Amino acid sequence: MSDLSPMRVVTALVAIAALIALPFLASGATLDIANQILLATIGAIALMLLTGFAGQISLGHAGLLAAGAFTAGILAQEIAAPFWIGIPAAALTGALLGVIFGLPSLRLRGIYLAVSTLALHFLVVYVGGEYETRRGFSTGILIDPPVVFGFEFWDPVAWYPVLLVVAVLVWLLARNLLRSRTGRAWAAIHDTEPVAAALGINVARTKLWAFVISSAITAMAGALFAYYRGFVSIEAFSLFVTIQYVAMIIIGGMGSLLGAVLGAAFVTILPHAIEAASGVLPSSGGLAGSIFAMNYAAFGLIMIAFLVFEPGGLVGILRRIGGKRGTR
Amino acid sequence: MQLVANIIVLSAIYALISCGYVLIYRVSRVLNLAHGELMMVGAYLLLMTASFTSNPMVAIPVAAILSLTMGALVYLLLMRRMTGESVLAAILTTIALGILLRGLIVIFFSAAHQYPAVPLGIHSSSVQVLPGARISSLSLILVIVTALVYASLFAFLRLSRWGLRMRAAGQNPLLAAQRGINLHGIYAMVWAIAMFTGSVAGMLISLDAGLDQTLIMIGLKAFPAALVGGLDSLLGALIGSLIVAAAEVLLIQYVNPLLADVVPFLILIVMLVVRPWGLFGTREALDRV
Repeated sequence: MSDLSPMRVVTALVAIAALIALPFLASGATLDIANQILLATIGAIALMLLTGFAGQISLGHAGLLAAGAFTAGILAQEIAAPFWIGIPAAALTGALLGVIFGLPSLRLRGIYLAVSTLALHFLVVYVGGEYETRRGFSTGILIDPPVVFGFEFWDPVAWYPVLLVVAVLVWLLARNLLRSRTGRAWAAIHDTEPVAAALGINVARTKLWAFVISSAITAMAGALFAYYRGFVSIEAFSLFVTIQYVAMIIIGGMGSLLGAVLGAAFVTILPHAIEAASGVLPSSGGLAGSIFAMNYAAFGLIMIAFLVFEPGGLVGILRRIGGKRGTR
Repeated sequence: MQLVANIIVLSAIYALISCGYVLIYRVSRVLNLAHGELMMVGAYLLLMTASFTSNPMVAIPVAAILSLTMGALVYLLLMRRMTGESVLAAILTTIALGILLRGLIVIFFSAAHQYPAVPLGIHSSSVQVLPGARISSLSLILVIVTALVYASLFAFLRLSRWGLRMRAAGQNPLLAAQRGINLHGIYAMVWAIAMFTGSVAGMLISLDAGLDQTLIMIGLKAFPAALVGGLDSLLGALIGSLIVAAAEVLLIQYVNPLLADVVPFLILIVMLVVRPWGLFGTREALDRV
């Protein structure tokens, strides 16, 4: 991370320049995809902290996103709360849920932990659905766009800088956390819990912290998603969303923040790429409905390919290329 | 009385599905989260064979044999590569497989609600089973099939040579391999059996109620049943199915129909807090993962 070879500095500068230039060059639709990638990046970094660094399996990510989105949505709907209440409230909800999601981890490991977070996902989704039907919003909740000093955030161009700044802040927060005592404790419990305990690390507290921090960031991402879309519906948070986030950290590369970003970009762009590709193929003219199915199939196939052939993910591939160049 | 009949039918459905989770977990310590999708594939295989022949006595066995073969292929082509990988990697591979199958099924069979019973000429009629309780004839067949499957699984694992090998591989793979047991063969076999039993459940459900992607949710809801009973115990799966089905039917009846999809997972959370290894599971199984 810390080596500042000229190559790395140039790459980083080009990336920063591209990120700044994007809103001036790209169309609205492209910028919308960029915003989705930024939102996914925030969620993927949160999951990476939990699974990639602290080693705690979670299949409840969509539930946490839903919790954040619904906190923002319900507050906006019931007490007309502005976003500067909605977003912190969502993060707080996430932190509280993080304690609940994390509690099973004190007793359970491996698949049992995965299953308990999966069960909590269904609980959150049920509560959200129940709210929708009880209050008569069976199709979802509408949220007004946030207003700052009379300026309404409603189009992708206005949102892009906001989301970019938030994503960068989350990245910096994650990087600093990982270099702190907490981050080293996560690495220790990831490797072997008994040794971590012998080193004087409070294993239970460290695990709960990982769940709380990860869940708070995730719920915040969910709330941002709600404001960005202007609309919340429980339909948007199916188990498939959890799988997508898990796929992001696998495809990107476990145990790497850069991996979370790359994975988020890859998984977000994939359906658009498939749609574009199927438009080119002459045979699929009448199969508009099956694009959805092709997404699923391609997604499963790519995930399997990474799990079986490239467990290091995109970051692993990059490192190998970089390593080869170094030896020459 | 009608409630009792409903509970028995639902628990038979869950039991027939959940034994697949138990078999694979018990023998190879892999949690197969694609079981719901594999079960759905079995049902679609029946839809496919039904388009070639209208004789159910041909279509159903052919589909069953195809699903048996496919189960073995899933292990040999995919899951075999995940042996020795982390628990997370194996679970995720099954999840990815599930996603892939969902997509492929819609591509080949479309997402529409379809009725394999129609080309086979099967009509479900209502049967009086208890005083004041009626269930469909296919539900009755399902209960009988579940009983038969469990009886033959118990007999197979207890009495046959291959069943003994299977239990040995589940208890100590290293020692089993040392004694000349072909672990890959055993694992392929158990995946085949699990997919077979799941497919039978999928076929019977779809003959009764039609077939679309919602079948996956039924498959997923059967998982808590397996876990409540203990992931490595067949008897546990049976009892767990009964508990989950009873809770589901009663809560839907008396509290809120929307609870249908959550109840099994609520029970699962309670079980994980109180007794994670399940009612009949072995405690050491928990430490091994």
